[in-house]
Amino acid sequence: MGTSPEFALVEPDVPPGIGPYRLAWRRLRRNYVSLAFGCLFLLIVILCLLAPIYSADIAHIGADDTSHIDQALSLTGIPIGPTWHSTFFLGADTTGRDVAVRLLYGGRNSLEIGAIATLITMFFATMLGTIAGYMRGPIDGLLSRFFELLWAYPALLLGVALGTSLQIGGINLGIFTLTAGSLYVPAAVIGVVYIPYVAKPVRAQVVTLREREFVDAARQQGLGPVRIMLSEILPNLASTIIVFVPLILANAILLEAGLSFLGAGVQPPAPSWGTMISDGVHLLPAAIHLTLVPGIMLVLCVLGINVFGDGIRDALDPRSQIRIKR
Amino acid sequence: MGAFIVRRAAAAIALLFAISVLTFLIFFAFPSSDPALRLAGRTATPAQIAAVRKTWGFNKPIYVQYFKTMEKIFDGSIISYTQQLNVDNQIASDLQPTVSLAVGAGIIWFLFGVLFGVLSAVRAGRWLDRLLTIFSMVGVSTPVFFLGAVLLYYLGFKAGIFPNGDYVSITTDPIQWLYHMILPWLTLSALFIGVYSRVLRSTILDMLNDDFVRTARAKGLSERQVMVRHVLRNSLIPIVSLWGLDFASVIGGGAILTETVFNLQGVGQYAATSITNLDVPPVLVITMYGAFFVVLLGAIVDIVHASLDPRVRLSA
Repeated sequence: MGTSPEFALVEPDVPPGIGPYRLAWRRLRRNYVSLAFGCLFLLIVILCLLAPIYSADIAHIGADDTSHIDQALSLTGIPIGPTWHSTFFLGADTTGRDVAVRLLYGGRNSLEIGAIATLITMFFATMLGTIAGYMRGPIDGLLSRFFELLWAYPALLLGVALGTSLQIGGINLGIFTLTAGSLYVPAAVIGVVYIPYVAKPVRAQVVTLREREFVDAARQQGLGPVRIMLSEILPNLASTIIVFVPLILANAILLEAGLSFLGAGVQPPAPSWGTMISDGVHLLPAAIHLTLVPGIMLVLCVLGINVFGDGIRDALDPRSQIRIKR
Repeated sequence: MGAFIVRRAAAAIALLFAISVLTFLIFFAFPSSDPALRLAGRTATPAQIAAVRKTWGFNKPIYVQYFKTMEKIFDGSIISYTQQLNVDNQIASDLQPTVSLAVGAGIIWFLFGVLFGVLSAVRAGRWLDRLLTIFSMVGVSTPVFFLGAVLLYYLGFKAGIFPNGDYVSITTDPIQWLYHMILPWLTLSALFIGVYSRVLRSTILDMLNDDFVRTARAKGLSERQVMVRHVLRNSLIPIVSLWGLDFASVIGGGAILTETVFNLQGVGQYAATSITNLDVPPVLVITMYGAFFVVLLGAIVDIVHASLDPRVRLSA
């Protein structure tokens, strides 16, 4: 199936066969708004990764460093707001910690939890959804009931229930151990909560894919179900999965913030955008910057992911409509 | 139709049973430390822990524990550990603010979600569509607790236009009730308006290419008649199902964040304070109760949907 040379001669700049992903990339490249927001998200990620450098070389203060408290509080005991100095550039909190430094370290935690949760959701949802849709019968019945069950809980309530329960005892499932208070507890909780939101559409798509001729052909050739699922079905799910990644990432970061705000997510003193907003809201009329700084950062980050994700969706399939319940 | 209702109701009851088992397992059977410690919370004394162990029967087999827990929830004898208050009574008294929030916000987000969705679909690609798109993208990207806190600070504390949170009962003072509910309603609605208008916009745009729309135009109907009688009527079906589920989750305590920020003292805030104290019984009951509402409204939505659309009841 090589490219035909005559065809290439007729139109030298357009290759004869453009794959769907090349085509999608072309559409995305022309969508400047979406690219700009993608860059915004990338910029936030890079800034957060550079947190140790910012802390050591620019702000000269650590994330939990309270030794500058004499400069951090005004005469009335209220933490200072944003300044033009490199230390306390975005102000200080009540214990004299630097808000900008904590914002970047908190962002690392929020993004890390979001990324791990997204990986967990995508991995299990794709696997279980594919198995349910391809195997049908009792396995499908069981898995579909399981998706229905998780889906019946309001996402935040299920997250809160799992988070609260795990916070007290942690969990120990043989090789897989989570200690209470670990960052991976909220990541695992969020990952599990969103599984049905992806698994249900994946299953629906597999149910139609398995009736197609190319799957029949593979079966006739004597391929086993595992081989068919991996090499015939999975590549056809790729665009659905790609579309879901930014959607789940954005919602995972929002859910982490919500859980941490309620105390069922990241445990203090570890910072995250959610815990920082929570601390800020408790001091509300006095020091608005403690709420605004992490809040605006969170909104910009999630907005970046959402607009970029919309661009990817439009590029891959201009007519699709996927959304998520919160 | 009768057979469909029976089947749907049976499925809902099975799901409710499964929910009660899963919620029970989340709090009682994770393979880790002593469930008595978990249930009594972080600040429990040894005597309290011993009492918990005895009243919940943790030395008995797990299915006995399950029935004992369900019995406690249904006969209304379940008690919170930090304040020793009856959980069922507490939820009943917290229901009024939660229902006020859900009903008001539900109306607002449905009306504006539909309005914005239709406007943006009709004006697709124009500046109004762009403006509404920006609005809805910001709406879905802003956490409700942040939006609520910012509105409270600028409109409540700084400008003094709105009160600083709290709930006033509708029976004591309806005008104050309305005045206190406006900000929570707007805050909770912002997210849903964004979601609904996006969904409706894409549903309408997809539907405009359908055959029945072309037929309607060919019959000579005006663009407005096509839009209202044919396109909007059909594209509202998914929006109504969505609304049913979201409304149920708000009544079921799902609006934890909004209630907490505005100090409405509803079911969601009760869940939030219980989490802070790691007081498990209320969280257990509210989780179960919230899921019950979603299942119930889900079944009702499906039955209404099936009565409108025969394809649904025949294929299910």
